[in-house]
Amino acid sequence: MTLKKTLLASVIGAVVAGTTMLPMTASAETLRIGYSADPETLDIHEQLSGGMLRFSHLAFDPLVRWTKDFQFEPRLASEWEQIDDTHMRMTLREGVTFHSGNEFTAEDVVWTIERLKESPDYRAIFEPIASAEAVDDYTVEITTTAPYPLLLNLATYIFPMDSKFYTGETDSGNDKAEIIKSGNSFASRNVSGTGPFIVTDRRQGVRVDFERFEDYWDTETKGNVSRIVLTPIAENASRVAALLSGGVDFIDAVPPNDLDRVRDASNANLFEIAGTRIIGFQLNEERVEAFQDPRVRQAVDLAINQEAIADRLMRGFATPAGQFSPEGYSGHNPDLVPRYDIERAQELMAEAGYEDGFSVDMIAPNNRYVNDAQIAQAVANMLARINIDVSLRTMPLAQYWPEYDTRQSDIAMIGWHSDTEDSANFFQYLSFCIDDETGAGQYNYGSYCNEEIDALVTQADSETDLEKRNEMLREAEAMLYEDVGYIMLHWQNLAYAAADGVDIEPVVNAIDFPYLGDLVIDR
Amino acid sequence: MIAFLIKRLMHAILVMFVISVLAFAIQDNLGDPVQQMVGQSVPESEREAIRERLGLNDSFLVQYARFAKNAVQGDFGYSYFYREPALEVIARHLPATLELVFAATLIIVVFSVPIGVYSAIKPRSPISRFFMGVSIIGISIPVFLTAILLIQIFAIGITITLFPQGTGWGAWLNGLLSTEGNMPSFGRGYDLVHVVGHWDTNLATWDGVKHLVLPAVSLASIMLPLFIRLIRAEMMEVLQSDYVKYARAKGISMRRVYFVHALKNTMLPVITVGGVQIGTMVAYTILTETVFQWPGMGLMFLDAINHADIPLIVTYLMIVGLIFVVTNTIVDLIYGFVNPTVKLTGKPA
Repeated sequence: MTLKKTLLASVIGAVVAGTTMLPMTASAETLRIGYSADPETLDIHEQLSGGMLRFSHLAFDPLVRWTKDFQFEPRLASEWEQIDDTHMRMTLREGVTFHSGNEFTAEDVVWTIERLKESPDYRAIFEPIASAEAVDDYTVEITTTAPYPLLLNLATYIFPMDSKFYTGETDSGNDKAEIIKSGNSFASRNVSGTGPFIVTDRRQGVRVDFERFEDYWDTETKGNVSRIVLTPIAENASRVAALLSGGVDFIDAVPPNDLDRVRDASNANLFEIAGTRIIGFQLNEERVEAFQDPRVRQAVDLAINQEAIADRLMRGFATPAGQFSPEGYSGHNPDLVPRYDIERAQELMAEAGYEDGFSVDMIAPNNRYVNDAQIAQAVANMLARINIDVSLRTMPLAQYWPEYDTRQSDIAMIGWHSDTEDSANFFQYLSFCIDDETGAGQYNYGSYCNEEIDALVTQADSETDLEKRNEMLREAEAMLYEDVGYIMLHWQNLAYAAADGVDIEPVVNAIDFPYLGDLVIDR
Repeated sequence: MIAFLIKRLMHAILVMFVISVLAFAIQDNLGDPVQQMVGQSVPESEREAIRERLGLNDSFLVQYARFAKNAVQGDFGYSYFYREPALEVIARHLPATLELVFAATLIIVVFSVPIGVYSAIKPRSPISRFFMGVSIIGISIPVFLTAILLIQIFAIGITITLFPQGTGWGAWLNGLLSTEGNMPSFGRGYDLVHVVGHWDTNLATWDGVKHLVLPAVSLASIMLPLFIRLIRAEMMEVLQSDYVKYARAKGISMRRVYFVHALKNTMLPVITVGGVQIGTMVAYTILTETVFQWPGMGLMFLDAINHADIPLIVTYLMIVGLIFVVTNTIVDLIYGFVNPTVKLTGKPA
């Protein structure tokens, strides 16, 4: 009886609490988000991470942004034109104001690009841009050091900041524009962007509050979210529970084990999207001589059943991969598919003279990618069938990367997302011959080196004819497939879930940055 | 008394010193904080510059000396993740944890004393047996599981269709066993009342209390069975003692014998254990807070570990050490009040 009473009381309590929390007008809606992490800081140039870019899309607007099928959609830049090989002119939208009330002009874009070139995280990516110049109030001209085909890709990272707001000195005499890693800078505590939402309150690790920006320029959007409360809920089970219990309206990163549960729930909907992060392994050629033999690398590739891992271990929550580039990327080559064939693998091992196999060790993180430790275990078991005896060590992320950097194991797991949403990036970081001077092959754990592929990708990166460029990248993928420079597993899917009436399908994308300014809630 | 407190203060300082040395010594195994601060594609040279600026390249002794020098002046360093002084971060998270521990303690006291006493007085009654059985289960289920179960039953709700829905009694039984959910499953809620400084309380509003219920029950679920069993065992022993028999023979009412004479003596060891356990509970909140996304010290500590936030980890461990010393001191003091024959060390006999 007491139980019933408590329940009744809590129902009444919830109804009362619900009514007081509901906003005043009918079309205005509050969106309660439960993300796995909250933005690390408010300074969008302090750290390049998924969480920060999501935040950038809330409080700021990019010059252009990606559509669902990897096309460019004009945002603060309304038009653009390549004048010659190294110059691009962008026309900016007029009548846009920042949260502070300042007007948005070309000066802000120039200022932002210059600040990006100062940021430790973005500096390397913005290296190809030599300078930016304001031609007039609403035209900006960007000059690259050499012909560079990915300028628009970079423009998705240019979220103009309010240069007047961020210029000057704070009361304690610090420069308002300075970027300090994990420090107490002005920009890490104050925001003025052009975005659909204003930050009203923020407690790191607890919650962030947003309110809709009344003077937002995009009056055509149907988005009707007037308030956002973002609570970080790191624990997977708790995040799902928060959605199912109606505590939040929208969550990210639904774990594979809970997919069915969310799918079957009466008050929530699941949205799965093929992601763009490639998961795979690197074979250390420095430490294991056998891995220098392309036949052994092929044998390893053939021995791994990508389809089975995606189907059973990931429960369909992954797309099996035979190449770096997911569908929609410039270099995606539809011919390159996983080629599991255990008999051929055994033959190749015999041909290479390793019929009896050998022993290696493998490292993998256990809290970075979806089911990472289990995947590594499955791969270790599959390699046993070609007599490669693997001893596996898994460790948490904070310890994994330092261990990875030492390159002291024979096989290592790594997942990679291309910062430019372009194929060349995968090669440059994962398979290029290591060059400490240029930073090429920074995550090439295995010291794999194929100069032909490198030359082709480098050439593609200065080819401004996109058709030709794509052709070159497809060719590079095919060469890597043949030579097995990286053991591909799959692209990890993304899964979002939302309460009934929260129509997230149109605003989520493979890039993992939901455009919540355009979200329509119709309960 | 004063001498006793001074002695305990020295203990506290010693404990904190040892913890800080240990924490510093293991920091290399906690991972690389810089890795967490930068994007994956950031070149090594940039990382090196950040490491240099944070002083992570200095030797252990240099780093420790710098830390110790500042710590003596009350500056425990700057949290990498929260971008605030470490002590400030802890002060901000402490009230949430203390309220949670307070609520759990309340639950434990309210339930363990009557149940413990009852099952000592009537050890053979079915109700006592039932409570003993349940407490065994309670001790065996990990707090993580208890929390998930509570969320499923009281936050999400369960629908039982075990009995035929068509019949009146079936529908009634199904309805009786099903739950509505509706309890909040995470966080402290939006209806907090500011008290003082960093302290916003959950206890002042109905919504706040509702948010507190499930986490507090989960946290209490580990300690409650322990205390029921402890009180029962102590009480049974006391009931066998001569003075209780004498009191009964004298014709004093049973109620008075149980609740005044026997219970008082039962509580002595319970207070000792309880004090230590409350200290432990502050540390145990890590699991409970993670499941319920309760923004207290436990959740903060887990975040700090995940981000290899060394200054915060070291400070947290030192503060927890201090909390243990303080609770033990308080227990000793209370012990002195409850049982005047106990002498505190340092107090002249």
